[in-house]
Amino acid sequence: MQSAIALPFSQTSLTRSNRVLGSTGSIFSTPRSLQFCGLRREAFCSSPSNHLTLRSDRVRIRSTRFQVSAAATTNGAPPKSFDYDLIIIGAGVGGHGAALHAVEKGLKTAIIEGDVVGGTCVNRGCVPSKALLAVSGRMRELQNEHHMKSFGLQVSTAGYDRQGVADHANNLATKIRNNLTNSMKALGVDILTGFGSVLGPQKVKYGKDNIITAKNIIIATGSVPFVPKGIEVDGKTVITSDHALKLESVPDWIAIVGSGYIGLEFSDVYTALGSEVTFIEALDQLMPGFDPEISKLAQRVLINPRKIDYHTGVFASKITPAKDGKPVMIELIDAKTKEHKDTLEVDAALIATGRAPFTNGLGLENVNVVTQRGFIPVDERMRVIDGNGKLVPNLYCIGDANGKLMLAHAASAQGISVVEQVTCRDHVLNHLSIPAACFTHPEISMVGLTEPQAREKGEKEGFKVSVAKTSFKANTKALAENEGEGIAKMIYRPDNGEILGVHIFGLHAADLIHEASNAIALGTRIQDIKLAVHAHPTLSEVLDELFKAAKVEGHATTKTGDAKIKLNMNEDDPRGPSDNEKQPSLSKDLIVRSTSMSSFVEDIYARVMFLVSRVFV
Amino acid sequence: MALSSSSFLSTPSLSNSKSTISFASSVSPAPIPSLRRVVFRPASSHRRAMTVRSKIREIFMPALSSTMTEGKIVSWLKTEGEKLAKGQSVVVVESDKADMDVETFYDGYLAAIVVGEGETAPVGAAIGLLAETEAEIEEAKSKAASKSSSAPPVVPSPPPATSSPAPAISQPAPVAAVSDGPRKTVATPYAKKLAKQHKVDIGSIAGTGPFGRITASDVEAAAGIAPSVSQPPPPPPPAAAAAAPTATVKAAATSSPPLLPDSSVVPFTAMQSAVSKNMIESLSVPTFRVGYPVNTDALDALYEKVKPKGVTMTALLAKAAGMALAQHPVVNASCKDGKSFSYNSNINIAVAVAINGGLITPVLQDADKLDLYLLSQKWKELVGKARSKQLQPHEYNSGTFTLSNLGMFGVDRFDAILPPGQGAIMAVGASKPTVVADKDGFFSVKNKMLVNVTADHRIVYGADLAAFLQTFAKIVENPDSLTL
Repeated sequence: MQSAIALPFSQTSLTRSNRVLGSTGSIFSTPRSLQFCGLRREAFCSSPSNHLTLRSDRVRIRSTRFQVSAAATTNGAPPKSFDYDLIIIGAGVGGHGAALHAVEKGLKTAIIEGDVVGGTCVNRGCVPSKALLAVSGRMRELQNEHHMKSFGLQVSTAGYDRQGVADHANNLATKIRNNLTNSMKALGVDILTGFGSVLGPQKVKYGKDNIITAKNIIIATGSVPFVPKGIEVDGKTVITSDHALKLESVPDWIAIVGSGYIGLEFSDVYTALGSEVTFIEALDQLMPGFDPEISKLAQRVLINPRKIDYHTGVFASKITPAKDGKPVMIELIDAKTKEHKDTLEVDAALIATGRAPFTNGLGLENVNVVTQRGFIPVDERMRVIDGNGKLVPNLYCIGDANGKLMLAHAASAQGISVVEQVTCRDHVLNHLSIPAACFTHPEISMVGLTEPQAREKGEKEGFKVSVAKTSFKANTKALAENEGEGIAKMIYRPDNGEILGVHIFGLHAADLIHEASNAIALGTRIQDIKLAVHAHPTLSEVLDELFKAAKVEGHATTKTGDAKIKLNMNEDDPRGPSDNEKQPSLSKDLIVRSTSMSSFVEDIYARVMFLVSRVFV
Repeated sequence: MALSSSSFLSTPSLSNSKSTISFASSVSPAPIPSLRRVVFRPASSHRRAMTVRSKIREIFMPALSSTMTEGKIVSWLKTEGEKLAKGQSVVVVESDKADMDVETFYDGYLAAIVVGEGETAPVGAAIGLLAETEAEIEEAKSKAASKSSSAPPVVPSPPPATSSPAPAISQPAPVAAVSDGPRKTVATPYAKKLAKQHKVDIGSIAGTGPFGRITASDVEAAAGIAPSVSQPPPPPPPAAAAAAPTATVKAAATSSPPLLPDSSVVPFTAMQSAVSKNMIESLSVPTFRVGYPVNTDALDALYEKVKPKGVTMTALLAKAAGMALAQHPVVNASCKDGKSFSYNSNINIAVAVAINGGLITPVLQDADKLDLYLLSQKWKELVGKARSKQLQPHEYNSGTFTLSNLGMFGVDRFDAILPPGQGAIMAVGASKPTVVADKDGFFSVKNKMLVNVTADHRIVYGADLAAFLQTFAKIVENPDSLTL
């Protein structure tokens, strides 16, 4: 992981030196900043797979340099010319992230969208739901007389205007959609309208019969709400998250099928707006997928005291929308025995049973790809695998469509990873460092393994697993907000201080998780991060306490501290802000290198590069 | 675990034990007469018992929070026969709020586990036995065995003082079950939660919500608590009063003032509770009243004419009111939140009807639009349904204006309470021959009926109401338009 940080800077420096030397790089310079012009060359690398066998990053960079010159010599007569360097099918958050990064890397990029820019996240997912949850959080607070009294506040009865709430969600989606569209337009990404499909290798069709070619293709078509069979969705009384986010009605009583993120968040919205909720969960426990301890506590706070009841271990085998003066009817069968258990009569039902990949009509048969339950099979580098288990060259799939981790930011990270690869930098995304959050009140967030997963892994691989916990009750800021409910929990290896997973349930948990996810992504050990300073009084001290509560056998890598100080002291000349930003990361890189790989030559190399880069910034 | 220091460890309640009881904890409830005897044993024997060499103590389910009524055993940290030292955690208990370790305050041996892991026991119930010496383990075990063999695993002792007065109310309300056929009861999540909290048998409640489901307000009504109270009801008066359960349990529930001897307390039926709730709610609306005498000679004549066709006086009055309302929409408006009011698109006249001791208001929808005969037919149908308790919710709660007629009892005038959510209610007295002087000073006898309208002064002002009554009187006095 450390290398990932080091690379951008050392490479930048490389290209800069190229430029100074009057190498090919400058030919393709764009009017944009000098920093990027040199990177343009990377569009010419032949194939990322060439580099996969190379072990050291440093070596790879050198090979890249050779390639640049090689590419430049053949540039006059390319064997084949493409309309684009990169085509992305689907302008959701994943496609957007990939497009932005591709432009930054100097790729000529097009993005194809058959519906609206922004995809599920912006139009029918994360974004509008946050608007609704912002409302529900405030409603909840205002309705909680006890909470208000404890602040000494007096509030008359809180009420809401459904249309106003719905408009807020809709306006937010529109605003974010425009931001997304504008950011791509401003950077020169071509937005092509129409449904895209793969015609063959490096060939894409969109709209009626527009055919374009590209060196590389990324499929980022996302997903749609999954509706199990037997359930009739009418969009009024039996709805999916797509309909629910429009908030066309607030039913008195709504059944939510599925108690995952989507179901939980909607239960938060609906109960705050006065609905009663019945959860229907196929597994034996509510909130499957969360750390058991967290889900237990969350159930105590988010389910039990609210107007919610639940049926677990049952399937909704048949759901009929309300009609002819009858309510919505839900047939429940036992998840194991399939026997009829109960019939519910409710005012509405929300189907939150997960999401299904949206991969139909993509022309995958043209490249001999067979989907698995609709998901496009990919390897760890998001390269699409065909029906024979072979990699399809120049074709990638990111986001919900590959089903690896169905989160917007995971899609974006995968997209960036792919762009890194097609611009000749091998990159494998560590999915265990991707945080996830559920925006209930209070929020739930997590990164890495759950406790049972970690224990299983520890048993298999023979290491000890420990757990540290802290409570929000001990946090000044949380208590000031009268929101002391919550815990943070860290699962780690006591032998080397590696963080395996962190789970937070409490005020602003979704914002707090990143300290942990970054630590996992960067490989920071507890003994190091526990020395970091947190502002007082802030919620971040919950994590500070958590790191300090861990009992690690190893000691802090003191050398790290020393080296850091030394380097920081050297950098006494104030420069531009971008300069200041980079230095700590680079110094970090140096340190890790010097301690772990202890290659003197590399160390010197990096230092030289560092200095060079500073000269040319 | 300081809060339960004296409560969770106590001596066994079984009087046949030779190691007699040393003391009974204040919290340990005593439903069994034998124990009661023990508790009231003279102090001397008490002191003597204290000196008894060995004893077996019960481990009680502690009250971990003020709202906890039962607890679940998450896990026993010790196994049967294991030695315990004072201050050691013995068992993990899950309450409605948290998991907590429960410590022992005595040295000894965990002799027997009465309530196993994953099982639930009410607060104060014995969940395990603690023997002071190893020798007593066997004895304790046999005791535990007899305990679990006799009746349910734990003595269902009522929870300690933290409980609400609800148990008394938990007597199934003598509601005439709605003869709805073999329909299963449907209760909303919150209704179920409230029923559990207030120990109301959900099966005994008649649902008044949409599709006949039991809603939270039905449960609140059945439990006799004011709606929208988020706090649990206040604790009952000092438990001493309740300690003598010889009188009816019901009597214990009522707080002040004390009842006269031999009085009987009858809990509200669901309908009575609903009425009570509505009446209390109506106090928050500022109302005023305007009366108006109406000449009914023409109306009476018309009534005689149309009576054979099945038209009732109620239908006539409803039709007249509907037509008058159509000209004065503000009287048909409703103000719900005190900030705005809505003009109702339909004129739905609710008519108060007494049915065997209760009161219900079937609604004549679109009273201004339907013709008199249809209206009468509809009314007959509604009354039939009301009698058999088969009214659908929209047939009794969609009214925008209410009509209440006590004329048939000879009442000449009365004053009605405005139902919440409506703009006005009309109270109609009997039509009586009255001597009147016309404008020329000639006396004559005319049938006069006094109507008295109560209205929400936030939206309806005096002049509005007067104008409405004038229109109404005009229609009644020239009733030909009613039959059009």
